Amino acid sequence: MKKDLLGIGDLTRDEIYLILDTAEAMREIGQRPIKKVPTLRGKTVVNLFYEPSTRTRTSFEIAEKRLSADTLNIAVAASSVLKGETLADTAMNIEAMAPDVIVIRHASSGACHLLSRICKSRVINAGDGMHEHPTQALLDAFTIREHKKRIDGLKVTIVGDLLHSRVLRSNVLLLTELGADVCVCGPSTLVPIGIERFGVRVSTNVDEAVRDADVIMMLRIQQERMHGAFFPSVREYFNTFGMTPARVARAKPDVIIMHPGPMNRGVEISSEVADGPYSVILEQVANGVSVRMAVLYLLAGGVEGD
Amino acid sequence: MKRLLKGGRVVDPANGRDGVFDVLVDGDRIARVGRDLHADGDVGVVEIPSGLVVCPGLIDMHVHLREPGQEHKETVATGTAAAVAGGFTAVACMPNTSPVNDNAGVTEYILKKAAEANLARVYPIGAVSRGQAGEQLAEIGELRQAGCVAITDDGRPVATAMLMRRALEYAGMFGMPVIEHCEEQTLKGDGVAHEGFHASALGLRGIPGQAESIMALRDIALAELTGGAVHVAHMSARQTLDAVRWGKSRGARVTCEVTPHHFVLTDEMLRAPIAYDTNVKMNPPLRDAADRDAMLAGIADGSVDVIATDHAPHHYDEKRVEFDHAPFGITGLETAVSLCFDRLVHAGVISLSRLVELLSVNPARVLHVAGGSLADGAPADISILAPDLAVTVSAARMRSKSRNTPFDGWQLRGGVAATIVGGRAVYVNEAVGLQM
Repeated sequence: MKKDLLGIGDLTRDEIYLILDTAEAMREIGQRPIKKVPTLRGKTVVNLFYEPSTRTRTSFEIAEKRLSADTLNIAVAASSVLKGETLADTAMNIEAMAPDVIVIRHASSGACHLLSRICKSRVINAGDGMHEHPTQALLDAFTIREHKKRIDGLKVTIVGDLLHSRVLRSNVLLLTELGADVCVCGPSTLVPIGIERFGVRVSTNVDEAVRDADVIMMLRIQQERMHGAFFPSVREYFNTFGMTPARVARAKPDVIIMHPGPMNRGVEISSEVADGPYSVILEQVANGVSVRMAVLYLLAGGVEGD
Repeated sequence: MKRLLKGGRVVDPANGRDGVFDVLVDGDRIARVGRDLHADGDVGVVEIPSGLVVCPGLIDMHVHLREPGQEHKETVATGTAAAVAGGFTAVACMPNTSPVNDNAGVTEYILKKAAEANLARVYPIGAVSRGQAGEQLAEIGELRQAGCVAITDDGRPVATAMLMRRALEYAGMFGMPVIEHCEEQTLKGDGVAHEGFHASALGLRGIPGQAESIMALRDIALAELTGGAVHVAHMSARQTLDAVRWGKSRGARVTCEVTPHHFVLTDEMLRAPIAYDTNVKMNPPLRDAADRDAMLAGIADGSVDVIATDHAPHHYDEKRVEFDHAPFGITGLETAVSLCFDRLVHAGVISLSRLVELLSVNPARVLHVAGGSLADGAPADISILAPDLAVTVSAARMRSKSRNTPFDGWQLRGGVAATIVGGRAVYVNEAVGLQM
């Protein structure tokens, strides 16, 4: 594997499968009475979060602790980004303390690339702006594979705010690489220009898009990123794109419903669907720990000089 | 003192010359251009090796010298040093300094600094509106008297059609063109890159080409309405080129310029060789291959009037940040000639004579300034170019105070041998070794 995990594009197909297979082994550790192995003992991991995050930060931290790494959390308030120390200076300061891994979440696309150019430490992207969130896509693939035993040939429909979603970009890269038939669906104001060049079908009709789907993946309507008027109202959005039991019924009978969280109930997804029998949303959260353990192990678990 | 430039290929399209001639300079003027001129009396003879080109001094009509107020990026002294090293004998500098060049005091300050530096000629460009705020007209008559040659609110477009109308009418009185940074602000939004596949893939907010063309169309309509002259700065989108062609076909007084980076690079540079390289962040953004090819076509067919660099120096610290937060702009003075030779002349897009029109004749014409001609009695502003010089771009060795160029390390064919301003050799490239 490369030094860093900045995006799914950094991984070959074999490396994706290696991560997923390793995550299977990691899951077993989480089921033991003592959920800890010494794999990363003596390694230092810095979680550098420039955006508030509960799920992803907690998930990384638990993964790090289960592998016995020494972890340190740095939360930088968004308001201090522009007036405070630059990312480059923060990176050089952290680097001076010689951590083994830096996990970074940042509101600007490409912030992890800047960090990666400055730091010798391994860098894991925990979400950069609208660009990528690779560990989310890996845990999604892990969850899909667990239920469907394969990814190749599955029909996966992704619905929501495609434009601002880093989860979308990582999932599209990963799922198309593994041979899924991916359809992305959202209001035309929230479809990134040129997205079809990723090898996905684009739809603005959710009823059509979910037909015969094996997997429906919902994306959060990121209200905090809405700089303009992309759709008239939440009500109209829910009526036009919201995932309801009636829409789920158009998919395959064994469809699974996914959501990277945090959910806006009644905006992109109804509670009946979110809490329904086909929902695997909490499994995604559980699998996140296993997948992040796998990534940390594969990047930082090597013997010195390896 | 007299100096005879002997034996170069003189390319002087304004006077219909392209061939081996001698150029006799007397003091700060051109005395004569002719074949086999004799040096009698106290004349220094400069032998110009065959292969070198002698042309009227190049004029970069779109440069940010940053002084006053942003001397950490560039000063008039460092900027004009970069200019002459890049083969330019004159530059026109944009008014978005701090304070803005919207009054005679700032114009006079810039000209004083230019006189002290005593390198390239500097033609200040004044603001359209006070503080470039887009509300009240600046004192354009006073700016003119102080030495401004044009007006612009560059960096931002003239906000309203009414203000632009008044600017064209008012500046027209003084024979000054209005230079427009064409950009419909609401369509640009908070975009940082060309709206297209690459920006989508990288999660960068996009700026469509139409943000530029819409404003160009407005301004062309207003040029027709008023009879004023509008010059479209740093054109980047194929839709804008179509707009300019349309305006010209109707007889509107519209001219345009293209930067080297917009006819050389595309938005693929956002991804590689360096992902999210802030040295490919500029406004207007690098566009796609169809736009780049349209710029080349416009340069070839004469639709494009001028090549200008939009030299926009920024400090290393300002550029070493997240892509979203980095300022727009790259330097250009010291790479333009090499890029023009390599990508336009040697690539067969245009002739050398056409290049001299784009870099010298036409900018002088648009700005109504001296230059662009090696006529007898004209100021002795002369660029001596080396079309076949192998150049490796080195940001570290540039004269500019800033290093923000995406061309560092590029190997290009064509460069500058020497730059003569008012009869004085203000730059001699050691790599060519002319004995001046």
